[in-house]
Amino acid sequence: MTDTALPATRSTNPFAGLMAGTTGPVLVILLAIVGIWYIAAVALNTPFQEGIYERAKQTDVPFTQLVSDTLAQERPVLPAPHQVVEEIYKTTVLKKVTSKRSLVYHTWITLSTTLLGFLIGTTLGIVLAIGIVHSRVLDKSLMPWVISSQTIPILAIAPMIIVVLNAVGISGLLPKAMISTYLSFFPVTVGMVKGLRSPEIIHLDLMHTYSASRLQTFWKLRFPYAVPYLFTSMKIGIAASLVGAIVGELPTGAVAGLGARLLAGSYYGQTVQIWSALLMAAFLAGSLVALIGVIETLALKRMGMAR
Amino acid sequence: MVIDIDNLSLTFQTNDGPVHALSDIDLQIDEGDFVSFIGPSGCGKTTLLRVIADLEQPTAGTITVNGLTPHEARLKRAYGYVFQAAALYPWRTIAGNIALPLEIMGLSKAEQRARIAKNMELVNLAGFEKKFPWQLSGGMQQRASIARALSVEPDLLLMDEPFGALDEIVRDHLNDQLHQLWAKTNKTVVFVTHSIPEAVYLSTKIVVLCPRPGRIYDVIESDLPRERTLDMRESPEFLKIAHRVREGLKAGHSYDD
Repeated sequence: MTDTALPATRSTNPFAGLMAGTTGPVLVILLAIVGIWYIAAVALNTPFQEGIYERAKQTDVPFTQLVSDTLAQERPVLPAPHQVVEEIYKTTVLKKVTSKRSLVYHTWITLSTTLLGFLIGTTLGIVLAIGIVHSRVLDKSLMPWVISSQTIPILAIAPMIIVVLNAVGISGLLPKAMISTYLSFFPVTVGMVKGLRSPEIIHLDLMHTYSASRLQTFWKLRFPYAVPYLFTSMKIGIAASLVGAIVGELPTGAVAGLGARLLAGSYYGQTVQIWSALLMAAFLAGSLVALIGVIETLALKRMGMAR
Repeated sequence: MVIDIDNLSLTFQTNDGPVHALSDIDLQIDEGDFVSFIGPSGCGKTTLLRVIADLEQPTAGTITVNGLTPHEARLKRAYGYVFQAAALYPWRTIAGNIALPLEIMGLSKAEQRARIAKNMELVNLAGFEKKFPWQLSGGMQQRASIARALSVEPDLLLMDEPFGALDEIVRDHLNDQLHQLWAKTNKTVVFVTHSIPEAVYLSTKIVVLCPRPGRIYDVIESDLPRERTLDMRESPEFLKIAHRVREGLKAGHSYDD
């Protein structure tokens, strides 16, 4: 019986092909999130909407009316997805990028802080890792500080860094980037220490039989071995760097950047603005991680390590 | 004399007390010899090879390589070492892997290219220069690692069970190739194995070791002709030597457990 039943069910399911790949499952999850978002928006915005109805002495408001009203409030507790999308469209496509009201302008400010901080952080992370791997003294003396640096809440230390750097006359992009650096050097250090220590004994023995110097062993063995670790750490590092850039924008009085948009939004109860900045930050983080992923694939392919 | 070992011992200090890996080793290896170390695991055959290569330090006795200490000999790159695994770098092509020691030695690009071509030819791998290690079979990878060791152009080749992980058919083939290579180049080879036919087929001298403590039980000078073929393995002379090796292993309590 099953012999005939099986092909029949396969051929009648029009989604079989779609769900076989990754597109189907990704779409299903996306739709589920949007669906839950809408339900939550209606539920969370209903109390405020009912207050309006009460003051207007409106009774017997049909459910469909309630739903459409809760999804169109100016300052909703939770904005509906289409409101956020509309706001993003208005502040990116319809505004000039040089305008202070353009989300592209603010995203660019945050992005440049993120990239500068990430660059310094990655360099610092690699340098620290090289020191830690090659010197027992540095391993014992530096590693505890590296680890304990990450146990301090970044929100507590960020204003201190900004204030101290301002006091010595450094302002602008660099103080904010330092906070990105503070968050992003850590995964790179830990990943690179692990990577530089990962060559097999047999490979180290081989270099020993060639009487290779430490420098030669580093460039010809340890560093290539650590490259996959480096990319994994950089993916974590760049996301952390973005968080650092946003946090770094908060204590500066919120002049520009996605952090500023979040802060300004919360001052004035502009929840739609907050959510559009949040979505932009998420999109930016995703793009940056994906970009490193692309570079990783290219680099590993060139090195013959991606099959 | 290439290698002279006199009353050498090596004791590892472990948490469970001292382990006598090598005890009172006396051995001379002459130029052009093909010497096999054979014995069960734990007899110290690999450790002895590593002492010659300056990868382990003896705790007593003396050893010279080309009249120098193993450390000095290593700094002069007096030997090529072939490990149990091919140990090729996955991010380098086969040619790139063979170039590795040559880059470390600081040879010119032209000299590197010449040596790569010559040694890949020698191990029958010509045409595979641009392949990555994972694109090659296990036997080909090990041949590439032999080419890498040869490219240093050492007079002494140290080989630690180079064919141990390969199947018998590939192994026979590589044994034959290694024998021809040795006959052609007249290098001194020290070869670690736990295969009796492999040891007898390849060697001019077979050193039988036994465990606990690791020591030399018997040294057999082979009276087989220098030129050898795989068919020889059924000849009475071959079987006589194989028998003596087996008896040595048995008498040295190698088969106890």
